Amino acid sequence: MAVALVLVLIVVGSVLFHLLSPWWWTPIASNWAYIDNTIIITFWITGVVFAAVVLFMAYCVFRFRHREGNRAAYEPENKRLESWLTIVTAVGVTALLVPGLFVWSRFVNVPSDATEVEVVGQQWQWSFRLPGRDGKLGTSDTRDVTADNPLGVIPKDPNGQDDVVVEAADLHLPVGKPVKMLLRSIDVLHDFYVPEFRAKMDMIPGSVTYFWFTPTRTGTFQVLCAELCGQGHPMMHGVVMVDTQQDYMAWLGQQQTFAQLSAPKQTGSADETTGQTAALGPEIAARLETVGSR
Amino acid sequence: MSVILVFLLVIAGFAGWWLSHQRLMAKPWLEQGLASDFVGLDRSALPTAKIGLGVFLAVVGCLFALFTSAYFMRMAVSDWQPLPLPRLLWLNTGVLVLSSVALHCTSVAARRGQIDTVRLGLATAGLTTLAFLVGQLMAWRQLTADGYFLASNPANSFFYLITGMHGLHVLGGLVALGRTTTSAWAGTRPERLRLGVELCAMYWHFLLFVWLAIFALLAGWAATFIDICRQMLT
Amino acid sequence: MVDITPADGIPPAEVAEVELYHPHGWWTKYVFSQDAKVIAVQYSATATAIGLVALVLSWLMRLQLGFPGTFDFITPEAYYQFITMHGMIMVIYLLTALFLGGFGNYLIPLMVGARDMVFPYVNMLSYWIYLLAVLVLVSSFFAPGGPTGAGWTLYPPQAIMSGTPGGQDWGIILMLSSLILFIIGFTMGGLNYVVTVLQGRTRGMTMMRLPLTVWGIFTATVMALLAFPALFVASVMMLLDRVLGTSFFMPAISEMGEQLQHNGGSPILFQHLFWFFGHPEVYIVALPAFGIVSDLISTHARKNIFGYRMMVWAIVGIGALSFVVWAHHMYVSGMHPYFGFFFATTTLIIAIPTAIKVYNWVLTLWRGDIHLTIPMLFALAFIVTFVNGGLTGLFLGNVVVDVPLSDTMFVVAHFHMVMGVAPILVVFGAIYHWYPKVTGRMLDETLGRFHFWVTFLGAYLIFFPMHYLGLMGVPRRYAELTDMTIMTESAHHLNSFISIMAFIVGFAQMVFLFNLIWSIRHGREAGGNPWRATTLEWQTPQTPPAHGNFGKDLPIVYRWAYDYSVPGAKEDFIPQNMPGSFGPSREPA
Repeated sequence: MAVALVLVLIVVGSVLFHLLSPWWWTPIASNWAYIDNTIIITFWITGVVFAAVVLFMAYCVFRFRHREGNRAAYEPENKRLESWLTIVTAVGVTALLVPGLFVWSRFVNVPSDATEVEVVGQQWQWSFRLPGRDGKLGTSDTRDVTADNPLGVIPKDPNGQDDVVVEAADLHLPVGKPVKMLLRSIDVLHDFYVPEFRAKMDMIPGSVTYFWFTPTRTGTFQVLCAELCGQGHPMMHGVVMVDTQQDYMAWLGQQQTFAQLSAPKQTGSADETTGQTAALGPEIAARLETVGSR
Repeated sequence: MSVILVFLLVIAGFAGWWLSHQRLMAKPWLEQGLASDFVGLDRSALPTAKIGLGVFLAVVGCLFALFTSAYFMRMAVSDWQPLPLPRLLWLNTGVLVLSSVALHCTSVAARRGQIDTVRLGLATAGLTTLAFLVGQLMAWRQLTADGYFLASNPANSFFYLITGMHGLHVLGGLVALGRTTTSAWAGTRPERLRLGVELCAMYWHFLLFVWLAIFALLAGWAATFIDICRQMLT
Repeated sequence: MVDITPADGIPPAEVAEVELYHPHGWWTKYVFSQDAKVIAVQYSATATAIGLVALVLSWLMRLQLGFPGTFDFITPEAYYQFITMHGMIMVIYLLTALFLGGFGNYLIPLMVGARDMVFPYVNMLSYWIYLLAVLVLVSSFFAPGGPTGAGWTLYPPQAIMSGTPGGQDWGIILMLSSLILFIIGFTMGGLNYVVTVLQGRTRGMTMMRLPLTVWGIFTATVMALLAFPALFVASVMMLLDRVLGTSFFMPAISEMGEQLQHNGGSPILFQHLFWFFGHPEVYIVALPAFGIVSDLISTHARKNIFGYRMMVWAIVGIGALSFVVWAHHMYVSGMHPYFGFFFATTTLIIAIPTAIKVYNWVLTLWRGDIHLTIPMLFALAFIVTFVNGGLTGLFLGNVVVDVPLSDTMFVVAHFHMVMGVAPILVVFGAIYHWYPKVTGRMLDETLGRFHFWVTFLGAYLIFFPMHYLGLMGVPRRYAELTDMTIMTESAHHLNSFISIMAFIVGFAQMVFLFNLIWSIRHGREAGGNPWRATTLEWQTPQTPPAHGNFGKDLPIVYRWAYDYSVPGAKEDFIPQNMPGSFGPSREPA
């Protein structure tokens, strides 16, 4: 009796928790509302199945509990019932899978008008690179990473000279324009993850991965690292600001290109920013050390 | 991962064949008693030890198939520089074939009960296998002397890793062979000795097969072969 | 009606060598024993001991997550060591060892009607190598630099770099060595489990008469034998990368401004190898649980398992399919995106046989005679948690839904529910069910019910709300959840609540341990077949079964394992070794 009641309470409680709890996804800020919709479909289908199975069990436990003189029915199998259940399950699974695959094909096919933005992860900070006037990113190699060339842009590549390098600082993106994020790492695996954008992808040293999205509202969003990357992993935050076109252009105008950064003498202001931000990774390392020695 | 998937497909074929003889479609609740037609389903007529070894060889095969898969995947990266295989490997191959043949003759002799031939065969197999291992070590030394070190290129790393893993399996086999050889001299029951010899022969043939496969792999023929197949398909 | 051959007409299988199995001294009887039942107890005791370590580690983690900043000694470094060791121990050294080494060793020979495993000596070696693997693992806690903190997936490059605890110290080396030993030891045991089912079955025990427990353990062992080599290969190659400087998995790396020697290696290759093992591993743990829970439900509902044939086909089908779904762990790993279509499809297809199993369990309850014994309670709880965890698997298996949810607490909640809580509930149910056979005494009922309710409800309260943290976007493997815009005040409270529940559930396990030890001497006498079950392990002449299991003659099997409540039979169960024909609708075979 108590068991059946508890089973019913589990279903009721779970459904109420789902409906009433304050814990739900963050308001979306990209075009991937499709993903949210697929999750909603999945919640409906799985929720119904969960409630049905557990409630059926509760009923069985209540109705067929042992009483003196009871004897179980003898029924080794029921082919028709089993086939029906298999078919219904297959239909349910297809209903989940098909929309999912459609959205996935959107996810992996980047629209041709997307602008490229490179994200470079390293322990434990984010840097960014945007193509310059030529619209092309220069090639890069981890072997070329030095203190003056933190992203490993190949100095000989003419395409790379006008690239805008944002080292360990905030990234700005214009609202409403599709962007293709090219993801690269110079040490370990990282994962560029902004919960509000829904999309994410691992970054692998030695290769370039990607995903794309269109920011749909302006605002400031926190970047998290979503792939364990050593002890500084939970502190590897960054910031993406989605701006209006004007604000974005204003910001872009203030940034340094690769050629400017690698020139022997730089202006004082640029020195200041890079000096500040480059220290961010080591700063986390230092912080970890003090924590460790406590 | 295609090599391991093909290997598993073969295993699945075996499993499917065996399962298809287990009357999976039967309704067991309708079949009471010990009707005579169930007796055949009890167990295989093969000795249990042979089945055990067969299962073990499937695991070993899986291991080498995975190494091969990893080899092909790593090979696709541009820093791969194939290393020249030492000529000595041909000789080693011959020696290993010899030991396999010796064990085959031994198992034939064991079936006929010719104990002297069995002893001779076991000793030959043991010595040739030792010679194979020494030969492999010499091939390693030759390569390091020529500057092909373990860590200098992934092709080298795989060469040492895969040949080393094969060598370890041969070494393990030598322990079993040693035990069989002692029992041949100690005068064990003939049917027991025969089983031991047959198990050794089975293991040796398998390791010879694995060696030929990895030799083809390391020499680059396997990759060429796959390329040809791929071209024929497209 | 089937022809019933009289029992004395048939020679029982292989009784000649019964003397071989008798041990001669104390050492060979209790320590270096070749008796599968002793080895089973050794495996279970070792697994439980190391599992307790993992339990304490989970408490330490929850202290940090529930009450951030309160406990100074839990540095990020220590936190990562805790999660890594917790995960590794639970998945491999506890669950795999307990289901296959513990239950497999105890139940296979008894259930198929054999005197022992077919290679008892190798079986004994298997345990001692397993123990060695556990000791090497434990030794890493005392090594300089501590155990590895690379996460249980041990992804390179970080696993062997200095930014990870133990990466450039002994931690990772000991971890990989321990895994290699474990795999060698497991292979030895696994050969036994498989070949005993193939060759050790007694007269009349056809495959289709086996209890589903044996089917589950058998299929899981076959899978483990084929899957563990992948982990072996990955471990050996990573060990070479770490110790000898090869570049299997290590690409060119600039670490903290310094160029490392490696070049060209592929981290993705490791992930493929790891998950080629890692996904079947999920089912290696789940299939024995499926099998055992089928038998628990059938026995305690006094009804045959519904759709036995479907259940067998589903086990085999799940086993085969689970080898072609591995990359669903890698949807956001940066592998070729088109793989996503294939692996999402195979992953969702595997949901169908799994769902069939669930339907058949609940349909077994339908029109049964349900005895709410403690094993039955655990079986019911298993269905609830497994259905819950299985359904959230449909979120994560569906490639595009996985994109926002991967590497969040949603994943943590999902796999704990489906391969942590659910199988462990089966382990408990199985222990309450078979303890009387192992010791001859029942476990205490009151303590058992207390243990059940706290464990089941507590675990559900831990992991159900955790999904919603993941939905918010809270990443997993974060030693600190501070400074994050998505972490609301209420989310911190939820974390504290989860931590408190974790302590309560953990302490309930102490009650269980006490019950285990106390009942050996003080439990109620059980008799040979307290649950009135049909399978062979309950028909042994002695309880606990003596060496050789079945006395002078091996049992002869006349029927399948599920003859409960057969119409026309006097009792509501007919043991498998009882001759005679019952039932209204029996046709000739």
